[in-house]
Amino acid sequence: MITTTKGEMDESLLEKREGTIDNDNETTTWVEYWLEGELVHRSAHVQLKRAVVSFGETAEF
Amino acid sequence: MANTQAMTTSFKVDLFNAVHAFNGTGVPAHTASTADTFKAALYTAASSLGASTTSYTGAVTEVSGTGYTAGGVTVTFGTAPSSSGTTSFLTPSASITYTTVTLSTSFDAMLLYNDTNSGKKSVAVYTFTAQTVAAGTFSLTMPTNDATTGLLRIA
Repeated sequence: MITTTKGEMDESLLEKREGTIDNDNETTTWVEYWLEGELVHRSAHVQLKRAVVSFGETAEF
Repeated sequence: MANTQAMTTSFKVDLFNAVHAFNGTGVPAHTASTADTFKAALYTAASSLGASTTSYTGAVTEVSGTGYTAGGVTVTFGTAPSSSGTTSFLTPSASITYTTVTLSTSFDAMLLYNDTNSGKKSVAVYTFTAQTVAAGTFSLTMPTNDATTGLLRIA
């Protein structure tokens, strides 16, 4: 069963579309379920690759 | 032996733990056994979040939709800040997950902020390819918690 905007639906009734985005910043996968041309479910999962880095420095006198 | 000018690695770890207070303004009382609560909020792709974003309350373009609570979700830091070499690092110990939400306006940023702090001070902004969610789950999976890929690093 898939949770959709129309409630729980059997997956066999839906068209499934999947995709992946892979770049320097992230690897993202998404899955969509469509019912007669209408998007009824979309989930996305992002794997972050790029952290936030701060560089600590000391000054010279 | 020779002396070497450097910001000490222990200080870089201490920054994550609020050990030092150079100025009393806005510094809450902390003890080693009391951790603040941090949250992750999502922001629309039309937002302008970045290094100049100072707080959650100052960022007004948060997403809204079914199943999403304003302010976002709590972020779990189950592993204490650590260091390797001269880099300190800290990474949430679990994925950040928004379960069964519908977010129709595309969003491409997450603001990590201190929810315990009265000013809801910001920590970091993370961006990703713009997404929408329909009766689904959005999750941010964390990188390996080390000096190379840790989510927050002070090198």
